[in-house]
Amino acid sequence: MITVKYFASLRNVAGKEEEQFDLGNETTLEKLSDEIEKTAPKISEMIRGNNVMVSVNLNVVQPGAIIKDGDEVAFLPPFSGGC
Amino acid sequence: MGLSQDQIARYSRHLLLPEVGVEGQEKLCNAKVLCIGTGGLGSPLGLYLAAAGIGTLGLVDFDIVDQSNLQRQIMHGESTVGKLKVDSAKDRLADMNSDVEVITYNTRLSSENAMEIFKDYDIIVDGTDNFPTRYLANDAAVLLGKPYIYGCILRFEGQASVFHSKEGPCYRCLYPEPPPPGLVPSCAEGGVLGVLPGIIGLIQATEVVKLILGKGETLVGRLMIFDALATKFREMKLRKDKDCPVCGENPTITELIDYERFCGIPSAAEAEAENAALEIPAEEVKLKLDGSSKFTLVDVREPSEYDICRIDGSVLIPLGLIEEMKPKNLNGLSQNDEIILHCKAGVRSLKAVKALKKMGFENVKSMAGGIEAWSDNIDPSVPKY
Repeated sequence: MITVKYFASLRNVAGKEEEQFDLGNETTLEKLSDEIEKTAPKISEMIRGNNVMVSVNLNVVQPGAIIKDGDEVAFLPPFSGGC
Repeated sequence: MGLSQDQIARYSRHLLLPEVGVEGQEKLCNAKVLCIGTGGLGSPLGLYLAAAGIGTLGLVDFDIVDQSNLQRQIMHGESTVGKLKVDSAKDRLADMNSDVEVITYNTRLSSENAMEIFKDYDIIVDGTDNFPTRYLANDAAVLLGKPYIYGCILRFEGQASVFHSKEGPCYRCLYPEPPPPGLVPSCAEGGVLGVLPGIIGLIQATEVVKLILGKGETLVGRLMIFDALATKFREMKLRKDKDCPVCGENPTITELIDYERFCGIPSAAEAEAENAALEIPAEEVKLKLDGSSKFTLVDVREPSEYDICRIDGSVLIPLGLIEEMKPKNLNGLSQNDEIILHCKAGVRSLKAVKALKKMGFENVKSMAGGIEAWSDNIDPSVPKY
C-alpha cells in the first residue's frame, strides 16, 4: 500500500487528508498521478504541471520518482500568504 | 567597538549563553537584516530582531495600516491605523530598542529596485504575501549570494526554510513553476489564524539569529511545515536541483526578470479591461433590487462570512461549489436566469462568473467591489470585516 497525504488547500480539493493506493511493489509518480486523476483530476493536473511539491518518505523528489510499496507520498501546494 | 555598559545590561541574557556571549552579541549588533513586508510575518520578525539588538533593520512595505491587520500584525496598533506601515513599524521599533538603526523603504519591491536594496544587507527575510515577490526575492538573493529566509502562512498552516544557494537549494528548486493564477488563495481570501504568523515569523527570526551567530543547525535543505489545528510539525528534506534555472549548474536566469508575467498575471490594464466587461456596479444592483426586474443575487462567500453580514434576498453558494462545475451544486440556478454574483471585495465573484460562463450561463455578472462596496455606497449598516 502507498499512503498519500494531502497538505493545506489540497485537502479541500481532494476532500480528504490521506488515502491509500495499491499499485504493486514498485510504481512511478506518473502512475500514481493517473490513479489520483480518477477522483481528484485537479490535483493530478497540478502534479503534472510541476505545481506541487512531492515528497516520498519526507524526502522531496523530482518528477519521475520511483515509489515503492509502503512508501508515504505527500503533496504540498505552494502558498504565498505572509501578511 | 565593544559593548557599552547599557548594552551589557540589556543583552545580559544573551551574554550568559556560551553560544552567544560578547562575541555573538557584537555580531548581532553589527548585522544588517532586510525584512520584506511588515505584516503578519514581518511583525514578530521586526519586534524580536530589534529586541535582539540587530544593528540595522531594513523594512520594505508600500501599504498602510488597516483595521483588519490588527488581528495578527502586532507591530502596528490602533493609533497607527491609516499610517504608512513602514512609519508605524519604525516608531514601534525605535521605542523597543533605540540601538537599532531602522531604514525604511516605502515602496513595492520590484525587479528595478531589488538588487539596489538587497546589496546593503547580510540576510534577506521574506514576509511578503504574493508569488511574484517571492520569486523576485529568491532570485535576487541567489544572484547576490545572500541567504533568503522563507516563510509563508495560510489558514492554519505555515512553512519555513532557509534558502542559501551557496549551501543548499533555493525556492525555485522547491517550486520550479508558479501555480496558475487564482489557484492558491491569499490570506485575504482564505483567512489566517492570527497567531500563526507569530509562530512561523519567529521560526524565521530564530534562523536569522543562528545564521548571524554561525551556531546550530539552520533550516538549509529542510522545509519545516506546521499545522496549527493538529499541532504538528513536519520536516521534509530538500535537495538542490542541479537543473534549477537560477541556482543550478547552468543557470538560464542571470538577471532579474518580469515576475508578474512569469507568474501568469496579466498586466493591470489587460486584467481591468477583461474584468470590467463581467462586472456591474453596486449602485446598479441596488436599482435592480428596488425595481421589478427579476434576477437572482448569489453570495459566493463562505458560510462563516454569510453569518457576519449579508445582502437581503441573496442566496449562498460558496465559490468552491461553483468551481466544481456540477449543476447539482447550483441550488436550482438555471442557465436562462439573470444572475448577479457577489463576494467580499469582488475577486471571488469574478472567478465564479468565469466558471458559470464555462458552464453555459450567459447572463451573469459580478458586483464590483463586493459587499464592501455595498457597505460603502449603498448600506453603511452592513459591517465591513
